[in-house]
Amino acid sequence: MKKYYLGIDLGSTTSKAVIVNENDEIVGRGITNTRANYKVAADIAREEAIYDARFTLLQRKVGAEMIDKPEFKKYLKDLRNVFQYGQFKRRMDSLEKTLRSTVLAFTYDNKEAIIKALNSIIESIRPQIHNGFINENLGSKNQFFRDIVSERYNAEVEKYPAEFYEPLLLAFDKSITPTENEMVQYNFKELIYESMKILDEKYKGLADEQEDGSKEDWYYAELNAIKNNYKTVEHTLRQHITDIADEDIHIAKMVGTGYGRALLPFPEDCIKSEILCHAFGAHAVFPNTRTVLDIGGQDTKAIQVDRHGLVTSFHMNDRCAAGCGRYLGYIADEFGLSLNELGPEANKASKETTICSTCTVFAGAEVKELLHNGEERPNILAGLHKAIVQRAMSLIARSGGVKNEFTFTGGVARNEAVLKYVKQMVRGSYGEVTMNIHTDSIFMGALGGAMFARRNINADLPVQEKATNETL
Amino acid sequence: MAQEAQKEKSMVLQKEMVEGLFDALSKVSETGKKVCYTFVPGNLSELIRTFDMLPVYPEINALQSAMRKKSASYIKEAEKHAHSEDVCTYVKCDVGMLMKGNIGPTGQKLPEPDILLLSYTGCFTFMKWFETLKREYPNAKVIMLHTPYQENAKMTPEMVQYMAKQLRDEVIPVMEEVSGVKYDENKLKKILGYSKEAGDWIAKIFDTTKHKPSPIDAYFAGVYYIGPINIGFRGTPEAVEYYKELYSEIMQRVEKGLGPITPEGEMKEEKYRLVVEGPPNWTNFREFWKLFYDMGAVIVASSYTKVGGVYDMGWRHDASRPLETLAEYCMNCYTNLNLPQRIELLSKCIKDYKADGYITNSIKSCNSFSAGQLAMMREIEDRMEVPVGFIESDLVDPRYFSYSNIKNRLESYFQMLGQRKMMENQEV
Repeated sequence: MKKYYLGIDLGSTTSKAVIVNENDEIVGRGITNTRANYKVAADIAREEAIYDARFTLLQRKVGAEMIDKPEFKKYLKDLRNVFQYGQFKRRMDSLEKTLRSTVLAFTYDNKEAIIKALNSIIESIRPQIHNGFINENLGSKNQFFRDIVSERYNAEVEKYPAEFYEPLLLAFDKSITPTENEMVQYNFKELIYESMKILDEKYKGLADEQEDGSKEDWYYAELNAIKNNYKTVEHTLRQHITDIADEDIHIAKMVGTGYGRALLPFPEDCIKSEILCHAFGAHAVFPNTRTVLDIGGQDTKAIQVDRHGLVTSFHMNDRCAAGCGRYLGYIADEFGLSLNELGPEANKASKETTICSTCTVFAGAEVKELLHNGEERPNILAGLHKAIVQRAMSLIARSGGVKNEFTFTGGVARNEAVLKYVKQMVRGSYGEVTMNIHTDSIFMGALGGAMFARRNINADLPVQEKATNETL
Repeated sequence: MAQEAQKEKSMVLQKEMVEGLFDALSKVSETGKKVCYTFVPGNLSELIRTFDMLPVYPEINALQSAMRKKSASYIKEAEKHAHSEDVCTYVKCDVGMLMKGNIGPTGQKLPEPDILLLSYTGCFTFMKWFETLKREYPNAKVIMLHTPYQENAKMTPEMVQYMAKQLRDEVIPVMEEVSGVKYDENKLKKILGYSKEAGDWIAKIFDTTKHKPSPIDAYFAGVYYIGPINIGFRGTPEAVEYYKELYSEIMQRVEKGLGPITPEGEMKEEKYRLVVEGPPNWTNFREFWKLFYDMGAVIVASSYTKVGGVYDMGWRHDASRPLETLAEYCMNCYTNLNLPQRIELLSKCIKDYKADGYITNSIKSCNSFSAGQLAMMREIEDRMEVPVGFIESDLVDPRYFSYSNIKNRLESYFQMLGQRKMMENQEV
């Protein structure tokens, strides 16, 4: 039996899981938002990683030659989206149930009207989400259940008169947390067959689409290929899919890391510091890395590593969250933007407004003042992003400066404005160094954890010979 | 059992000394003894004793208050009286204690000072501290002794004469006036003879960490060991007896191959040997210590245990030059060394005691210690090639001790040390 190794990085904002094989190759990744119940967050991330691993294995099984054909490419991509819809729908069913029972317990005078409104909101969200996953690319947008639902729910609530706002929003707040904190069980095989069925329906009814130049050429190529060949593709893949669904993804060992690691239900010798994991993960992807900067949800770490990927020194902020992901989240709220919009908006700036406040909360007040004085929004945002990077640079300096090569990891590495300033300031202070940023930077901690699990490196505690492969 | 009894003996001796002092302090209205408030760095215990006065150390009271969980309310009291959040928490704890009745660590009221003796000017806060106390105690005489910094890494004859002159012309006359006792140089010389002896024992005690496992923790237990010399007993036969006793107890541990004693009993396995720079946190002292011994880390040397005297480099009190030797003592306290000297001293500790790592505990309150700490750490990292770690806490303000943050950093640090050790073993 093949052995796999799991790393779980339970961060303050997101929980990540990575599965590697015996050659340290990533076969599966999963991510979800961290919630009050850490075990559920860790379980979901792990399940996601295992599903992802099955899809990876499926691709390998199908083979490179076939996978490159447009109809197979399209089918597998769609299958993935529909599969996600299946998962989503099960959780959605649970949320709907909770919403209804929450509203039933209300004592508002217009309770009947609220129930009616809720039902009609649910009725209008359902097809939106269905369409988003099945016909559009909602599945590949990296959005979590909570975000997807609340966005649509809030939009629907706004269509109602003001007296409905409070009860309807209260109902959502009261229902989303318990729904998120319960584990919904899925059966991969059941879900994937169901997905194939939905796809079959979809392709059957696929209408011709006019090539109007609004989309890339490959889009039409894939569309045409699948329309004519979907039965063959289905037929070819069915056995492979069954095999993969039946395969036992045996997690031989695992390591937990991240801010919430002490709360993970792992044996003590399977818990590792995120500093070591981030460094090890970053070093694995970029083996010449000597300095790692990791900006996560609520801490920033500057880490120096040696040629083996082992940490030689580190510095971190732990007094204040200004300069971390949470700071960006707060700023996004202040501007009424989503996190993904922050970076692009900041990059429209003509200059960077100086932000004096070193405190997240005070910065909020400063931003309001600046807006009131007529300062441009992108300029303020640029100033805020720059301020974050300046903080990180001071940590780097304290840890011993930037050495070649420099690797930037963590969720915040996804923000393009932060990236711009990191590049600018690192070059400004340390000259030309190779800078590595990976699209999967957010998974580096979990990757390092999985790699430690494979090596079974127990630096601090005696090695327990007994297998640690029991499930979470 | 024999060992248990032995262990208790040094502790009993220390307890007797401390209780005796506070008892004497509580009875000054009956005995008429005069009281001198002063600081630990550069403390002139011998001179105070020559004039039959009793010492009070506000820093010691502050740390004792923290260990008794009283510092938070004292600090609050001082802040209520407009002491800013940024003021040294030793000062605020002391001022707060004063405002709440000046009840000392033994529950007895502390007497007012007859003299405020500033023995060390390297810490600017000390000066401001006594300026504050002067307002509270308008009848006290103030002596400000200026201590030249060892800027060029040495104590020149001019510096020594400069300080001896201050002692002769400014300190001694005031002490004579207040105590009513005439300066007796022979008495001082006799006291200094005991100081030298105590210094010899202390140096030997802190040198026992060269053994593996180390028989003592030179930081967490070390702060207890330096208690007697830091609260005015240097220069007494009692202190000499205490250190002699302590040394023999420690040597028994060495013979048996035992590690240090922790609040939870004997430390089982020595995994990491560390040198620590900076004062400890007092509000959560036990918790802080536990974070180390739980991970099998023992401190083999610390700068903090040298605040009341640096004996590692061979310096001792010399009774034949009484005022000059006191001058040297003041200038030779740890925070009066320049940064290269401190680096030299700590590097020697790392080398002599075969330390695996070096940790800085950066104290929010303390300028004397914090200035240059990071630069020293970088230099030591380069020179000694040991992994370095940096944690942050405070002396006596519990608001600045974040258990989970410190734990997180220490865990990462120990895992890093562990990896390093494993790699080294593989290479061997």
